[in-house]
Amino acid sequence: MRFKLLTLFAAALLVAACETAPEETAAVDTSGVVEQPAAQPASPGGPTPGSQEDLLLNVGDRVFFAFDRSDLNSDSRATLEKLASWMTTYQNVTITIEGHCDERGTREYNLALGERRSDAARDYLVALGVDGGRVTTISYGKERPAVLGSNEDAWAQNRRDVFVVN
Amino acid sequence: MNNSATSFVSAVALALAVALGSGVPARAELNVDITQGFVEPLPVAITDFYAETLEESKTGKDLAGVISADLERSGLFRPIDHGAFIQDAASLRKGPRFSDWRLINAQALIQGSVEMQPDGRLRVNFRLWDVFAEQQMTGLAYFTTPSNWRRVAHIVADVIYKRLTGEDGYFDTRLVYVAESGPQNRRVKRLGIMDQDGENHRFLTAGNELVLTPRFSPTTQEITYLSYISEIPRVYLFNLNTGQQEVLGDFPGMTFAPRFSPDGNKVIMSLADNGNSDIFTMDLRTRGVKRLTNHPAIDTSPSYSPDGRRIAFNSDRGGSQQLYVMDSDGGNVRRISFNQGRYATPVWSPRGDLVAFTRMSNGEFYIGVMRPDGSGERMLTKGFLVEGPTWAPNGRVLSYFRQTPADSRGRVTSKVYTIDLTGFNERELATPIDASDPAWSPLIP
Repeated sequence: MRFKLLTLFAAALLVAACETAPEETAAVDTSGVVEQPAAQPASPGGPTPGSQEDLLLNVGDRVFFAFDRSDLNSDSRATLEKLASWMTTYQNVTITIEGHCDERGTREYNLALGERRSDAARDYLVALGVDGGRVTTISYGKERPAVLGSNEDAWAQNRRDVFVVN
Repeated sequence: MNNSATSFVSAVALALAVALGSGVPARAELNVDITQGFVEPLPVAITDFYAETLEESKTGKDLAGVISADLERSGLFRPIDHGAFIQDAASLRKGPRFSDWRLINAQALIQGSVEMQPDGRLRVNFRLWDVFAEQQMTGLAYFTTPSNWRRVAHIVADVIYKRLTGEDGYFDTRLVYVAESGPQNRRVKRLGIMDQDGENHRFLTAGNELVLTPRFSPTTQEITYLSYISEIPRVYLFNLNTGQQEVLGDFPGMTFAPRFSPDGNKVIMSLADNGNSDIFTMDLRTRGVKRLTNHPAIDTSPSYSPDGRRIAFNSDRGGSQQLYVMDSDGGNVRRISFNQGRYATPVWSPRGDLVAFTRMSNGEFYIGVMRPDGSGERMLTKGFLVEGPTWAPNGRVLSYFRQTPADSRGRVTSKVYTIDLTGFNERELATPIDASDPAWSPLIP
């Protein structure tokens, strides 16, 4: 399994990620750590804690991949570390990771590639301590691009995992 | 839409007396050589089928029209404009005046007649003449329900095609495909089915869930395809007679890339388990599942050889997406694609001699063919996105789809095309809305 090494590495990060997990009851986030996941209660007009909007605002709902690749880069790992922490905060939240590809591949291979991408993120979350039962994966291959158009910029943004709160 | 038509169509050889012109010297039989690359289409005269009544006359005209369109679309025949005909229909009944047909350079002449029987069935007969040899090449009669006339036309066209080319026809067939509409990011996809000439079109699913990659059973009126019913991508069977859909197996992960075995008893497909896709078969009677590949790479798009002994598939086990062939038990895996770029969607020809594929190289997509050992690679067509070849049952014609780049509003066009094995005679197959993922049926039993 190609994720064995990654898993060991991720486990080392796990401690740091959980150390400063904020209290849900805290009135204000005083930690001063920008990377902290959303622990704020819903301010008027703000997202409901543990919601998709909360995830989007305070974690980011997607990570990107290189062409025909499924390995996570440092940005992706950072996002997933925030996501793991956020999921630690909101223990009742389960998510689906959608794996997507750009249109510059064939349909069936891209279904397999999207599966591999969604599983790469799931593996990392599990390595960070998230219960695997809280994370399901689905591949859409090249069927659901996020950005319209047929150009390098669109393709780069369409090679992605998207995190969806169930 | 008459799937049960088989029982109504009974062909009987008329054993019509060969009208031999007495003083005609022996000469080579009329034959279309289609082993060459480009073939100059053979001029043929296809007369309206004769009938006594007005209603039957319309059917006779329609029959000739469908036969004519079939033969023309093959790229091997050029039907001569009726305005050029010298001999009229009434006198043709008594026999061709070959000199009249030679004068307009008709190499072959097709005549026929239509007659309603007392039992309500339609009797259709036709004769194919070699104009220069002044000989009848074949003559047959069919009895059918009147509404089934179109199928009879395709069957007649198949007989003519075979008699003149020596190869099996493919006109009495259908294509199942994915009908598409809407912008790139909210594309609605439905299963559609139509005759190979685009007629008798109907949708099989409503578009509520994403459907992909339908394929025909070689033996039954069933297709296998991928559907996202309940947002779970799985392989399904669709029974064309009953309209029933059935999920195939109960697997923990996504099942996809299904295709029937040549005997129709198995479906071969990919199963994704913890992110990794391998190839499995499921026996449709016992529901027994067998693993064929066990590799951390992507293994997908399996396609059996027509004898069922080997399987072509797509894998990135060598570092990039390439074509492989293995024995049907999963052993003896060897790579067959070695040129520049990435290769995908291998589909074994019904004749067994070639594997069609999609190739991606230097930012372009190609449809090509190679021998199963990887030799003789040849590109048939290319474009921004061409994908997913499928073979007509005679292994002579392929279909695939072609998609345009999207504009900034996500508008794309996707159309199904057919092309001759030589790479000539590329044509769009008209569909009511956009189309992709075509799959050719076997000859209708």
